[in-house]
Amino acid sequence: MIQLKNVKKVYRTATVETLALSDITLNVERGEFLSIMGPSGCGKSTLLNIMGLLDAPTNGEIRIDEEKTDRLSDKQLANFRNRKLGFIFQNYHLINDLKVLDNVELPLLYRGGVPIKRSKLASEALFKVGLSNRMKHFPTQLSGGQKQRVAIARAIVGNPEIILADEPTGNLDSSMGNEVMEILLNLNKNEGTTIVMVTHDENMARKTHRLVRLFDGAQVQ
Amino acid sequence: MLKNYFKIAIAVLKRRKFFTFISLFGISFTLTILMVLAAFIHKVVGDDYPDTKRSRSLFVTELQETGMSQGGMSSASGAPSYWFLNKYAATLKSPEKVTLFSSSRGTNTYVNNKKIALYYKYTDATYWDVLDYEFLEGKPFTAQQVLNGEPVTVISDDIRKEYFGSEGSVVGKYIEADNVRYRVCGVVKSFPIISYMLYSDIYLPFTVSKTSYNDRSYRGNYNAILLGRSSGDLERMHDEFESVVKKLPTSDKVYQNLYCHAKTYLEAYADMGNEGKSGVNFAIIVVSIFTLIVMLLPTLNLININITRIMERSSEIGVRKAFGASSSTLAYQFIVENIILTLLGGLIACVFSFIIMKLLNSSGLIHHLDLSLNWFVLLIGLGIALVFGLLSGVYPAWRMSKLHVVTALREQ
Repeated sequence: MIQLKNVKKVYRTATVETLALSDITLNVERGEFLSIMGPSGCGKSTLLNIMGLLDAPTNGEIRIDEEKTDRLSDKQLANFRNRKLGFIFQNYHLINDLKVLDNVELPLLYRGGVPIKRSKLASEALFKVGLSNRMKHFPTQLSGGQKQRVAIARAIVGNPEIILADEPTGNLDSSMGNEVMEILLNLNKNEGTTIVMVTHDENMARKTHRLVRLFDGAQVQ
Repeated sequence: MLKNYFKIAIAVLKRRKFFTFISLFGISFTLTILMVLAAFIHKVVGDDYPDTKRSRSLFVTELQETGMSQGGMSSASGAPSYWFLNKYAATLKSPEKVTLFSSSRGTNTYVNNKKIALYYKYTDATYWDVLDYEFLEGKPFTAQQVLNGEPVTVISDDIRKEYFGSEGSVVGKYIEADNVRYRVCGVVKSFPIISYMLYSDIYLPFTVSKTSYNDRSYRGNYNAILLGRSSGDLERMHDEFESVVKKLPTSDKVYQNLYCHAKTYLEAYADMGNEGKSGVNFAIIVVSIFTLIVMLLPTLNLININITRIMERSSEIGVRKAFGASSSTLAYQFIVENIILTLLGGLIACVFSFIIMKLLNSSGLIHHLDLSLNWFVLLIGLGIALVFGLLSGVYPAWRMSKLHVVTALREQ
């Protein structure tokens, strides 16, 4: 589903050159739940961002669903992300000025379509994560676990084939973390969604199909 | 989509109230100035009392002669004379009617030792047919009275109150101006002095003028209105007058060129007395420069505030990009949000403009000024608010759309 071939990422400033990823070659199969682990600063999030087409590699090739992505324009990339990918962030990144339902609807806004249908799909996604009763709330009125569930609803509302989760349980206590993990596992199992998750938590990583470890930008396992 | 942008725009406005106040104050203050200016311009050039047939009228108000002599360039310009207009304008075939009238002149009169400054104007009898003065009492002087040189007058309502007080009918009473007593035959509704071509306090038959109205010089103190049967006659009247003037010799050997045109009201109003310069273009340039200057500072201020606000919203920008917003979609969103802000400022400006117009109308600075928040002013206000929104939104929107998604998400 996701193929990375000799991916390298270098961050350059006027004086310093930092190698964030070196020569990563990785295949993520359709329906696979992959976790990425490694110490802070080893390039996990960079790798996830590159997989999610949020960042471009310095070298190497990325194919998603057999499609080469390096020549896509800004508009095509945006459209591609909108249809194929869903994102979950450690800090949730909900828009505090919008109600929960509007936050979840966000990916659908960029697909067009009628507002009633958007609203219906967003309600269904919130039902899946057990937050039907919080639709009219604002993010600031929710707990961390609830915010992350809203973020999951937002990630799945467009029915993407791939979900990229950057430390989705990183800011949650173990009980809430387990709840969020359960939702992700069910998504993978029941819907067949391909999931790539960056985590620091060995216990969470053990629940996934495969674990990739990074160290200093290189794949070590 | 627009509903979502609207929700965000309102939420952003509520977030930093001081920024919002500064932005809205700048926008509404600027728009208020420009809307009041628009109302004033509309009043000046709009179709208005007593000149309601303006769309089928042409005005002859300026005569210019130029030439090169040994001493250099010679030029003389001013209003045409009665004799000139009577000979070359009043005899045209294409107009339905032609009226000749002098420019307004000022004089003083005295009532009970109180000095009253007043404007007087000489007209022919056709003047009252061509223009739609509303007679509050009495009637205009007749062609026969003009021919006889009778000392009769039509006075404005304002001068009636000032000269005669609030007593009953004044028709048949006498008013004195320049040591001559004129019998009042009619009283017309007053209008503001900004219609300066027609404004006067007392209107007299041109035959009572102390100076010779039949002086055979080109330049003098008179204007003409050529009234067509419809606006379709304008071109024919214009061309006929042009062909007449083209054949005329100059009034003096020092001049080689004679210019005198039948113009629309706007052209005549803005006439600068210079054949080489269009008064309308000059007026448009002046108004445009004024508008730009008035808009410049608040636009720059709004751009600054917008950029600050964008930086506060980098997380949102990152999320929107991640979930499928392209750079152009984001730029569009921000411009729409900014236009919502400026339209809100426009609404406030409507209220301010209404209040200021009421104050100006009642201040007495210009008598009978009747500025109003009409469709023209509202359309101008809407147009300026949209331009304002675009000008102050494009650069911040471009900055916003160029934010790198990873950087934006990291900024929270």
